[in-house]
Amino acid sequence: MIRLQINGRALNYEGDPRRRLSDVLRHNYRLTGTKVGCDAGDCGACTVLVDGAAVCACLTPIAQVSERRVETIEGLHPRGPGALQRAFLRHGAAQCGICSPGMVMAAEALLRDTPKPDRSQVETALSGVLCRCTGYQKIIAAVLDVAGSEEETSPKSGKAVGARVERLDGAAKLCGEEAFGADFVPDNALWVRAIRSPYAAARFAFSELSAWAARLGVQVFTAEDVPGRNCIGVIPRFADQPVLAERHVRMVGEAVALVAGPREVVQALDLTTAPINWFQEQSVDLQDAKTNGVKPLHDTRPDNILIAGVVSRGDAQAAFEQAFHQVHGMFETTHVEHAYIEPEAGTAWMEGDVLNIRAATQAPVMDRDDTALFLGMPQEKVRIRPAATGGGFGGKLDMSVQPLLGLVTRLTGRPSVMVFSRAESMQASTKRHPAQMTARLAADAQGKLTGMCFDGDFDTGAYASWGPTVAVRVPVHASGPYQIPNYQAEARAIHTNGPVAGAFRGFGVPQATVLQETLMDQLAVKLGMDRLVFRQLNALQDGQQTVCGQRLQTVGIGACLDALAARWAQANEEVAAFNGQSGRLRRGIGLASCWYGCGNTALPNPSTMRMGLTAEGVLCLHQGAMDIGQGANTVMAQIAADGLGVTVDQFTLIDADTAITPDAGKTSASRQTVVSGQAVLRAAQALRQQILQLVNMGQGAKIEIGPKHVTVSQGAQRRDVALRDLPLGAEGYVLMAEARYDPPTEALDAQGQGAPYAVYGYGAQLAEVEVDLDLGTVKTLRVSAAHDLGRVINPTLAEGQIEGGIAQGLGMALMEEYVPGQTCNLHDYLIPTVGDMPEVVSHLIEVPDPEGPLGAKGLGEHALIPTAPAILNAITHACGAQLTQLPARPDRVLAAIKAAALKAETA
Amino acid sequence: MGIYHRPDKLKDALHLLASAPVTLASGCTDLFAATEAAALEGQILDLTNIAPLKTIENCHGHWRFGAAVSWSSIVGAALPPAFDMLKAAARQVGGVQVQNAGTLGGNICNASPAADGVPPLLALDARVELQSVSGMRYVPLSAFITGPRQTTRRRDEIMTAILVDEGKAQGSSAFLKLGTRKHLVISIASVAVRLRLNGDRVAEAALAVGACSPVACRLGAVEAALSGVRVDTVEQHVMEADVRAALAPISDIRATSAYRLDGVPSLVRNALILASGRGKALE
Repeated sequence: MIRLQINGRALNYEGDPRRRLSDVLRHNYRLTGTKVGCDAGDCGACTVLVDGAAVCACLTPIAQVSERRVETIEGLHPRGPGALQRAFLRHGAAQCGICSPGMVMAAEALLRDTPKPDRSQVETALSGVLCRCTGYQKIIAAVLDVAGSEEETSPKSGKAVGARVERLDGAAKLCGEEAFGADFVPDNALWVRAIRSPYAAARFAFSELSAWAARLGVQVFTAEDVPGRNCIGVIPRFADQPVLAERHVRMVGEAVALVAGPREVVQALDLTTAPINWFQEQSVDLQDAKTNGVKPLHDTRPDNILIAGVVSRGDAQAAFEQAFHQVHGMFETTHVEHAYIEPEAGTAWMEGDVLNIRAATQAPVMDRDDTALFLGMPQEKVRIRPAATGGGFGGKLDMSVQPLLGLVTRLTGRPSVMVFSRAESMQASTKRHPAQMTARLAADAQGKLTGMCFDGDFDTGAYASWGPTVAVRVPVHASGPYQIPNYQAEARAIHTNGPVAGAFRGFGVPQATVLQETLMDQLAVKLGMDRLVFRQLNALQDGQQTVCGQRLQTVGIGACLDALAARWAQANEEVAAFNGQSGRLRRGIGLASCWYGCGNTALPNPSTMRMGLTAEGVLCLHQGAMDIGQGANTVMAQIAADGLGVTVDQFTLIDADTAITPDAGKTSASRQTVVSGQAVLRAAQALRQQILQLVNMGQGAKIEIGPKHVTVSQGAQRRDVALRDLPLGAEGYVLMAEARYDPPTEALDAQGQGAPYAVYGYGAQLAEVEVDLDLGTVKTLRVSAAHDLGRVINPTLAEGQIEGGIAQGLGMALMEEYVPGQTCNLHDYLIPTVGDMPEVVSHLIEVPDPEGPLGAKGLGEHALIPTAPAILNAITHACGAQLTQLPARPDRVLAAIKAAALKAETA
Repeated sequence: MGIYHRPDKLKDALHLLASAPVTLASGCTDLFAATEAAALEGQILDLTNIAPLKTIENCHGHWRFGAAVSWSSIVGAALPPAFDMLKAAARQVGGVQVQNAGTLGGNICNASPAADGVPPLLALDARVELQSVSGMRYVPLSAFITGPRQTTRRRDEIMTAILVDEGKAQGSSAFLKLGTRKHLVISIASVAVRLRLNGDRVAEAALAVGACSPVACRLGAVEAALSGVRVDTVEQHVMEADVRAALAPISDIRATSAYRLDGVPSLVRNALILASGRGKALE
């Protein structure tokens, strides 16, 4: 027996003394506020205090805390957020919330020793906790401002939009109460694990699998047990992925069987002992895949090309023949892992004949439809009730545990739980597409762009996933937000035996922008023009046509570039002065722009929002736009509040749930604020109209919702509605409104001409870096980011998106490289830590778009797109090094510095 | 139910080790990181409850670090400047969480080529103390680690302490780590240097490099070349060929071998500048 003292409670632990403290906290004592992100001490999400010192609970055997004081997030301030947690809320320092308990505990340890720390002490104290959402800036600010003043954060009625409303779901995240995918474990649940392929390409056969399982006391399930269609895919037309492979695997980590049984038994299994005969086959990489005669991965795609996207306008060939100056280049990017700190996890159970699945997701209705198909069940018999989702960034758009849990629970009738390990998450989940791209840019003597060609091969991996979206989006966006009259672009999604490449913040556009924006710099230099002026000269303007021929209005790129002009001029001088003192450190500055269409590309993309008032006077908002940390819960409530004319805190949010909340579509493509925002605004306005009609009052009237009553007043007029007197609708409301919005788009023709998006967002970033000429190391000192949001719904959340996008862009630029089989953890796969982040200065630009709600445009993906090319341009400016491969690891930068020096010598 | 021993007497630990097939454990930061399992496997013999293994003391002409001393304890200890490099390495082993749990002895016995604790201890000519039921022996650290994950510790031995002679705990020191990110990074290369001066001349230079050979190594030829040079020009006497000749780097996911050979001489020079008190010149 081990005597424990957890959060002041004396406990006697009788189990295995060798277990991880994190496992005991979560499973024996249900203290699920301690999160598990890696089980290897790499992410710090499980940080707890032992005798006041921060440790990773995942690295601490329970025997070591015998007779010591253990404190978890739950014990910190059991009666609601304390000053530190309040500071996190004020500063918007929690986004998805999965790292928040670890961050808070790490900061708590610091503050007990050092009540007034400086910035560097805070950075050191937090350096052991990874955050993938925030870019750390707001977390540092919060810890520095624990004693800060409490401002009024609940804005008055009609003033919600534009206010720094605190995240509505923030307190739960910061107190460890939020239940993520792994945090809900029903009693008696079967624990599920997948047996996965160790090979990228192989045939396989089971031998005596049932006997093996029976001997170990677990159940086993294979493709033969699938009652429905064992073929799923996020885009139905391209569905090609078996949930459980049938005789043939096409990638490392592909699931071939499931085992289910008691948690301790299943957790302890060595799955490599499963009796499977593997017959390894030659795997195909991107070069092989393009070779004639190679055996295709899918019979239906004989040349391994999943799809090619083309945009063609004017006569690019002629433009290059007549060009005054032209540049060309190539770029190669690698697999990038989403590295959300929450590995995929969830629970399934039956309620009557309805299968319920609660898992981390970005797309509940898509999950339902594909799970129903897979299990051969009607859609209404599958109910998806998403868990809080600890980061997604595109990686949780595809299903993970959902069909696996569904199968086990459907076949056994018992609840089931599945929690991916970090390695499993990295192996089995989708990645950003590696790209091999070439491009050319042409300009006339005045510096106006006259033509562009772009060609890219995107390694889409073993299955389709979002490959088609990438192939279509890239040629539409590869021009950047510039007017280019002659344009020819093609992107191909090509199958390989690599990891499935899917959706990742930007759908291929960040890769294309790396090449396009570095070429912009090269062309400006060739023209002898200032790099900012060159971009301003070519920036799209209202009334001009895109490369798709779409005539745009409310174009914000010019305003974004203008907003950076002052810092550009100043930084240019500072850099020149710094580099004047010769040394091994050189500074440089770089710019890049972005544009990004919000929502599906030329396809229907509706969202439906519902709100209702109960007879008791409870105002419910069915908020189906998955909040994966970006803040949809708060943003939708802010828009709804102003649309209805009430305050934000009057809403009770009903989460996404396919049984009771309408389909708001998936959280992807920077669409929720625009599309669901428009739907919720219209629903709110409709409800307002109903109320005003009830009392026969005009638009200017004031609505107050109280217990069992609504009061409407205008001037001296005042009418009271007793809600009990109104008829009760089927959904349980006496007043209800629902609105559906689908952004108007036009299909693209064979030349890629049309109007693919109703709303675009724009941005530009200025990176300032310091390069060590001897070591090739790059330090990003500052990023100034100007983004046109149309209308800022919540400045704190918007800044959070920008800072987080920059962190991911910086990671992609400098350190992130997923190598299958080699980097399946968070110490070999590197994402930025608190010490890698530059100062970020956000400029929120508002060029309202009449199609967006109250003028709003999307932001989520835009924030990442310019970062990598801006950093690369700054590196080149600093030292001449021209990178052609990402990430710009120190060895690659040093090699490029040497190559540039050699070129300069021979020139 | 697993068996977990956590004795408070070294004698008991040694007897257990002699009589049962146990896995030695202290901070567990490497043991748990190496498995996805919810519990450690096999019988565990935990050394973190044995008081003498957790102290740092100066006695009998040497500094003695108990093998289960945590990185945080090293950072917090009052030590002469010759140990600044060890403290700097301690501050860069993982985050605070890992520094609070991970131990010096564990770092050495785990014998990773990239172990950050090893180069500073090599530059201090540290010895390790090994005890078993049959006695005690001392082995120079340079002879203790023989390859990646390989040491000369016998199965019945516990590393009980790391010793640094007073005569080697002299001078100033610096540690630099090269990695692709600021924190939580496995070194591409690490360098520890210690300079003992005689007036404005280098009386003794001790330099060691980690992550660039199967076992971290001293730079003997460079040390010889630095002996007697003026301290304010010390970095100018580093011959790149001497540095490279001592190394045998591999290419891996962190960097190419060519880059390690290119970068280490610069890192050595920077560390020398730092150790000679001219760190401002690096900013």
